[in-house]
Amino acid sequence: MKETPLSNCERRFLLRVSCELVSPKLNRATEGILFFNLELSQMAAPAFEPGRQSDLLVKLNRLLERCLRNSKCIDTESLCVVGGEKVWQIRVDLHLLNHDGNIIDAASIAAIVALCHFRRPDVSVQGDEVTLYTPEERDPVPLSIHHMPICVSFAFFQQGMYLLVDPNEREERVMDGLLVIAMNKHREICTIQSSGGIMLLKDQVLRCSKIAGVKVAEITELIQKALENDQKVRKEGGKFGFAESIANQRITAFKMEKAPIDTSDVEEKAEEIIAEAEPPPEVVAEPVLWTPGTAQIGEGIENSWGALEDSEKEAEDEGGSDEAVLLDDMKMDTATEVSDIGSQDAPIVLSDSEEEEMIILEPDKNPKKIRTQTVSPRIGSGSPHFMYYASLLRRSYVV
Amino acid sequence: MEGPMRADAKVCSEGGTESSPRGPGCSLRHFACEQNLLSRPDGSASFLQGDTSVLAGVYGPAEVKVSKEIFNKATLEVILRPKIGLPGVAEKSRERLIRNTCEAVVLGALHPRTSITVVLQVVSDAGSLLACCLNAACMALVDAGVPMRALFCGVTCALDSDGTLVLDPTVKQEKEARAVLTFALDSVERKLLMSTTKGLYSDAELQQCLAAAQAASQHVFRFYRESLQRRYSKS
Repeated sequence: MKETPLSNCERRFLLRVSCELVSPKLNRATEGILFFNLELSQMAAPAFEPGRQSDLLVKLNRLLERCLRNSKCIDTESLCVVGGEKVWQIRVDLHLLNHDGNIIDAASIAAIVALCHFRRPDVSVQGDEVTLYTPEERDPVPLSIHHMPICVSFAFFQQGMYLLVDPNEREERVMDGLLVIAMNKHREICTIQSSGGIMLLKDQVLRCSKIAGVKVAEITELIQKALENDQKVRKEGGKFGFAESIANQRITAFKMEKAPIDTSDVEEKAEEIIAEAEPPPEVVAEPVLWTPGTAQIGEGIENSWGALEDSEKEAEDEGGSDEAVLLDDMKMDTATEVSDIGSQDAPIVLSDSEEEEMIILEPDKNPKKIRTQTVSPRIGSGSPHFMYYASLLRRSYVV
Repeated sequence: MEGPMRADAKVCSEGGTESSPRGPGCSLRHFACEQNLLSRPDGSASFLQGDTSVLAGVYGPAEVKVSKEIFNKATLEVILRPKIGLPGVAEKSRERLIRNTCEAVVLGALHPRTSITVVLQVVSDAGSLLACCLNAACMALVDAGVPMRALFCGVTCALDSDGTLVLDPTVKQEKEARAVLTFALDSVERKLLMSTTKGLYSDAELQQCLAAAQAASQHVFRFYRESLQRRYSKS
């Protein structure tokens, strides 16, 4: 397993190469499988949303496959473990992190570097027995790579009059057409693709291929140097990988070494907090069984329909608030017990329950404090005691 | 350090509490942060904790789809891409946790009907991933200049089977732990913004982990402050 972030100018890729043993494709029983997956992350550009990038994505994936798979740069025969049964499947996942134009060039460089850098677990076959060694037992082996194809893109403007190598994002947006040439350092063209509908002359294409040859030679040298460096560092046991790519000298980067934290007073603090904290509230959740098969836990909220003008008063005490309460349809039957508020002259205290007081304001009268309750008898089969429940009326202003 | 340690041990035995003395060697791994490393997003940051590293990019405040707009504040969206494979349910739940934390600190009311998108890419996972994501998201939001009422940081604690508290655990420590707790703390008063836990622990242990996380967060905030000071320094 290997990850590399690669930044090419401002384009950045995060790659991951992984391998697993699978059964081969039916028509290619002795060849391993190479699978490429390029993903455009939402980080790369604000326009890359999960559903909306299919055209570009398909185009890029296809181009990458043609460049790397069809050119046979990786020896797939060497990935075969047991012919017809077990072969290595190499999977290359590329995530684009920053889109600054010319994704395909960066992707091809990233993919080929990753494949060169990748090491797969060693396998030995003795007769019918296949032994897979872990990285600890035997050093992983590199893939056998014949050559390194690298894509170079050319953007054309004004019907082929102007040519730009390696266009960036702005240039890509206004270009007329694009020519992509994948070449290796032996000046062999692996893939060539012209898109955008421009018509090119023969010598234009030949000129582009010459430029591509020069560029590819440079880039291949850079890749070789980087791979050698990495190998050296690994041999010497130094640190490598993404962590070290954060440059020390940059002003936007900062590092801090391992820091001990003093947690010696943690226990006292914790005990203090627990001692001062309130005890958790009592949760009474006794279910009350009304009839066999019907039980109730807790109280529902008031049904406030139809209670605007009517109110009831009752001098009964209310039962424990945690006990189960009546269902709403019972309340309708009790409407007859309602008495008229308007005829009250003096505030009536109905009970010392903890309900909110209801105030009815009338324009020419003093506000009165009235507590109201609706009470209805509980009817349950065989239940010996009545349940009362108090209802709250909203503050209503009678005009 | 000897004195308090012994006092703790005494408290343990007298109180009969089940917690054994924590290692005084609680430590946070090596940190590194780089800001503004991507050119397209408005703000970006890469945060490293030991071998865990997360890359964050922020776009915003930007235009929002009519279906997602909120009339009086900014719509915050968090996208977490795992290292391998397609994002699944675990990523979705982490995205929600990070989004809730960010919404608590980002002053969305200053930018109504806009969207602020935070995209996180896991580069490598070697333990305390959620805390690293939170830290990366905070640094990226700062780099983007999104107005916030406080900075926030993530700290992970692990409790192993004999009650020892470990801060910033590695993958191995997380796997062997009895409980793993992650907290997001704010920078103004080091209060708790978000907590997510996995495993079995008592309420005393929870409070201990929280107090330890608060002590660790001071360290993280000092790191933020120093890295920003370095960035904006003139010398």
